[in-house]
Amino acid sequence: MSNAINALTRSLNVFHLAGSACNNCDIEILDALTPKYDLERFGITLVGSIRHADVLLMSGIFNRKAAIRAQELIAQAPKPYLVIAIGGCPATGLMWRDSYNWERPPGDFVKIDAFVPGCPPKPEAMISAVVKVIEGLRSGELVPGCLHTSDTVAGDPALETAGGS
Amino acid sequence: MTKRTIVPIGPYHALQEEPEFFKLHVEGEKVVHLDIELGYNHRGIEKLSESKTFEETVFLVERICGICSTSHPLACVQAAEDAGDIPVPERALFIRSMVGELERIHSHLLWLGLAGHFLGFNTIWMWAWRFREDVLNILELITGNRNHYGMMKPGGVRRDIKHTDLPAIASLSEGLKDPIKMFRDAVVQDPLIHARTKGVGILTREMAIAYGALGPTARASNYAIDVRRDHPHAAYDKVDWDVVTCENGDVFDKAVVRILEMFESIRIIEQCIEQLKKIGGPVDSDPKFVAAGEGIGHYEAPRGEVFHYIRSDGSNRPIRHKVRAPSFMNVPTNRETVIGATVADATIILAAVDPCYCCTERMAVAVDSSSGERMLDARDLIRLSCEKTDRLVADSGLQGPSLPIER
Repeated sequence: MSNAINALTRSLNVFHLAGSACNNCDIEILDALTPKYDLERFGITLVGSIRHADVLLMSGIFNRKAAIRAQELIAQAPKPYLVIAIGGCPATGLMWRDSYNWERPPGDFVKIDAFVPGCPPKPEAMISAVVKVIEGLRSGELVPGCLHTSDTVAGDPALETAGGS
Repeated sequence: MTKRTIVPIGPYHALQEEPEFFKLHVEGEKVVHLDIELGYNHRGIEKLSESKTFEETVFLVERICGICSTSHPLACVQAAEDAGDIPVPERALFIRSMVGELERIHSHLLWLGLAGHFLGFNTIWMWAWRFREDVLNILELITGNRNHYGMMKPGGVRRDIKHTDLPAIASLSEGLKDPIKMFRDAVVQDPLIHARTKGVGILTREMAIAYGALGPTARASNYAIDVRRDHPHAAYDKVDWDVVTCENGDVFDKAVVRILEMFESIRIIEQCIEQLKKIGGPVDSDPKFVAAGEGIGHYEAPRGEVFHYIRSDGSNRPIRHKVRAPSFMNVPTNRETVIGATVADATIILAAVDPCYCCTERMAVAVDSSSGERMLDARDLIRLSCEKTDRLVADSGLQGPSLPIER
């Protein structure tokens, strides 16, 4: 396990990337950080800028306007990072697939490492996802999607030294 | 003259959870102009609603906003009931009011916590969200889910409340009183909160009326408007409660109105519990169809009046569904309150109306201000170009280049 991946199993800086969400997943994410569930015990904390992020939590569909901005934003995230899709919307699009403002599932423009289904998922489900992701990273079963070699830029030395698969 | 600069905030920023874009035009520290750009959250719900049956529509409008996930369905089913003259059993009315008031408490606690966070009082944030969990526990007990309750349907509610659950609900809501008293004292007595919020972001009564402000934003400006009293629905005319108003319309008063409203909500919930002990019977009139006609539904959401309009042609789907959420009226008042404030105060002033952008999203079309013509993006240009090709083919019979590929 490279140092960069090892760092991903420690205290995680979470950036909260809400698309065209209904707010509920976003609130449940904050719920997971506040006293009842208190993920901050484990050093998991929200950060204000994607440049400080280890984990991107995506919620909601990304409509025609938001999808463009989200892609620009994700390009600024420091590698390696993890992407966790919170709720049913980023996974399948649910009922919004028929909408005229539906662009495409976020899985088309970013590799998602974990899906937490539910509408909205409970904070317990999110905690379980974080635990599974960290276990996957430790055992080497999970390689962060941003490091997959198949569609990374050829010959980018920064990515190769970061320890991809 | 001081140089005017633009401070962009957003669309993805730490200030609010939803994507929206503020442009603060500042001269030094002072905000002189404000632009708000929306559209990141538009999902086309009104159009989608026309493809859903009346029962499915309720689940759709529930997902307009995760915080008002009782207000929108309730206004929607009331519109459908108004259109089709559908009766609602009395027991269902009390259950509706009860879930609605629980939602109000959770929404106000949520706002209080976020406001504390913006002012730098993270303790208030953590405490408010800790007691919000108690409200969510009651909602989970009643509806089976912490958010997105799925309770409303045309003609009643989907789930009855068991008699055996009522004492537990009563004791849980009794337990909310002390924490809310704690918040009241913390806000009303804290000199630092006074210094940060009193006299900040004042919305006068005249301006509240001129902008058509709603809910706590209007009531803090001494404009006593409340749909629960003005157009009684659910069980609000059968219980005893008061409309809370304040005098000054600053951020402090907006906080105080919300805190005092939570006490009123608990009063309503207690009376609903007493009534539910007495009133039996079904909770659903089980309508088979919605007759042709038009209907409107109001509900006083935590942020103000939410309005739904439904037109039915007698089939099982609405042929027109119109939604107006309270933030649509409240967000423009920011222009009145933010201008003249410092950048440091802008944060809390923008948050003080409790804006909900996913409720209020509209499709935005850029219009050239000089010619009044619609401006086009790349997608529109490609579409226009394709249409011209099609027109040429139709008019002249010209064929495009033929490729040796079997279709």
